[in-house]
Amino acid sequence: MSQSLFEKVWDAHAVKTLSNGQTQLLIGTHLIHEVTSPQAFGMLRDLNLKVAYPHRTFATVDHIVPTDQRQEPFADPLADAMIRELRRNCEETGVTFFDLPSGKQGIVHVVGPEQGITQPGTTIACGDSHTSTHGAFGAIAFGIGTTQIRDLLATQTMALAKLKVRRINVNGELHPGVYAKDVILHIIRKLGVKGGTGFAYEYGGSVFDNFSMEERMTVCNMSIEGGARAGYVNPDEKTFEYLKGRPYSPSGDEWDAAVERWRSFASDPDCEYDDVVEFDAADIAPTVTWGINPEQAISVVESVPTVEGSAEKDKALVAEALEYMKLPAGAPIKGTKVDVCFIGSCTNGRLSDFEEVAKYLEGQKVAEGVKAIAVPGSQVVDLICREKGLHTVFENAGFEWRGAGCSMCLAMNPDKLIGDQLSASSSNRNFKGRQGSPTGRTVLMSPVMVAAAAIKGEIADAREVFGVGELANA
Amino acid sequence: MALEKITQVSGKGVYVAGNEIDTDRIIPARFMKCVTFDGLGEYLFYDVRKNEDGSDKDHPLNDNRFSDATILLSGENFGCGSSREHAPQALYRYGFRGIVAESYAEIFFGNCTTLGIPCFCATKEDIRTMAAAIEADPSLEITLDVENERIRFGDQNLTAVVRESARKALSEGKWDMIGELTEGEPEVVKVVAGLPYMAP
Repeated sequence: MSQSLFEKVWDAHAVKTLSNGQTQLLIGTHLIHEVTSPQAFGMLRDLNLKVAYPHRTFATVDHIVPTDQRQEPFADPLADAMIRELRRNCEETGVTFFDLPSGKQGIVHVVGPEQGITQPGTTIACGDSHTSTHGAFGAIAFGIGTTQIRDLLATQTMALAKLKVRRINVNGELHPGVYAKDVILHIIRKLGVKGGTGFAYEYGGSVFDNFSMEERMTVCNMSIEGGARAGYVNPDEKTFEYLKGRPYSPSGDEWDAAVERWRSFASDPDCEYDDVVEFDAADIAPTVTWGINPEQAISVVESVPTVEGSAEKDKALVAEALEYMKLPAGAPIKGTKVDVCFIGSCTNGRLSDFEEVAKYLEGQKVAEGVKAIAVPGSQVVDLICREKGLHTVFENAGFEWRGAGCSMCLAMNPDKLIGDQLSASSSNRNFKGRQGSPTGRTVLMSPVMVAAAAIKGEIADAREVFGVGELANA
Repeated sequence: MALEKITQVSGKGVYVAGNEIDTDRIIPARFMKCVTFDGLGEYLFYDVRKNEDGSDKDHPLNDNRFSDATILLSGENFGCGSSREHAPQALYRYGFRGIVAESYAEIFFGNCTTLGIPCFCATKEDIRTMAAAIEADPSLEITLDVENERIRFGDQNLTAVVRESARKALSEGKWDMIGELTEGEPEVVKVVAGLPYMAP
């Protein structure tokens, strides 16, 4: 019988049906970080349970690490206690820890793929909602809570109800200056922040076939912003090429067998989906959020909505968002003054993100009064950017080049907005207070659009600022 | 380990209006700099409850009439965003034992169930009816009947939905699955043996 990748991976990892009707699912790869795991290790100790498969849990430290003053002890004693606790937990249980001195530390969703830990046909879970990122490799990857981290540590399994699968096709050609970030912001804008509830999203079509692995990761990363707990792309030659030679990838004789196995997990061409949605790539423009959730997005050439012009069911939330964002209803979003520009995060903190921005930053200067920071997603990304001289391009333009971590995506470290500063951000959430100030404002966009905002000091159309694509050629 | 069978919860209610209330709102990230969940209740909804100088904002949880509420009412897609269990932990530690909303984000719903917090789905109209009744009489006793999927208060008896797996888990005392997962070990070993990437 024809099956989707989701069903094949699920069946290969299903242990049994539990008495509450859920499935006991083996999670082959467990990733942990310092914020959501310490309580789980505490619960394990209270129950006198051991870590069952320590070689299948991998740890790193990302949320709380400072991106400037990185020597320990950290200035923030709470942050310092958290890294020490993770170090202790890993040492005591034999879990691999990509610690700061390892040269491999970084955001957990950047580290997994670059180490070759993230592989097709596997199940992955992490106490972090952006675990959906790993689906880019044809893995089924879930964000989980701390009690489930305990379950995984103790048994390498968790209780879960099977998801439905929605196939999302994006076919056609993207316009120049339109990026993977715009694709996922557009999908969320159209399907809504709760449109994916109960579903895993399978992304496909010519746009995804042509995307690099890093672009696929950007889209899968934000599946959760669309309400889908998991999102994936079927594995193909690009997937295998990316994984070849990585530290945890199979090697030697095992490589060919692994590729054959990985290929077999791809959705059968005639499999049935619970739902199918089609998008035309040509309809997607550089997209920015204007409100307080990622569905509240418009193209950069559109105007901020008005309460009156919004659907009845959306009116209250539109009014709440307009008040919080202090944006004039009905006015163009372009030209909105920005205070802070952030390029980084598990959505857009990979090598190709910095390479793409660097193409346009040469000879440019960040506008006066704008604080611009570039935060590589991992120490490996940082190192490669330095080897290629990219960090100099950013620094010469007036960006601060920082050490690896989650940084201002959620501002658990010292990188925070102050007061009601407005941030142009390549991250994934524009919730109230998300970037560290209870009144701080976030506008999500692609890294190149963030760079354009930094140069102009206001939200700008990167195609105009940098002469990209048809607008510039017209 | 025998768990309590959560067939119903009763208590006073409080209505926190709004749709898309995310887990950053429920517990801002800066309060997650901790290695235990103790004390999180204090920071529940912190940035919408408190001004930056620590004084109270106008918020239902700051209203003394609702200070001993144990049932929280809200809108659509409650608990969206970050997977942080800190959010349901903060709700639980603050004193909430049940939630009624129009809909929930997936991870949050699962986290609540695992902690034994029943999440009821009700219609916007029914939630408004409940909110009006609470406003009129904050001491009103509300009963969330998990087994029969009913919400009762005063002379009202409303239909609500508790997702089947959660209803079963809560009412049969199987909301924390660690015992059963541990017992599955012999079967787990077999599945592991069939997966090359699980090899040590």
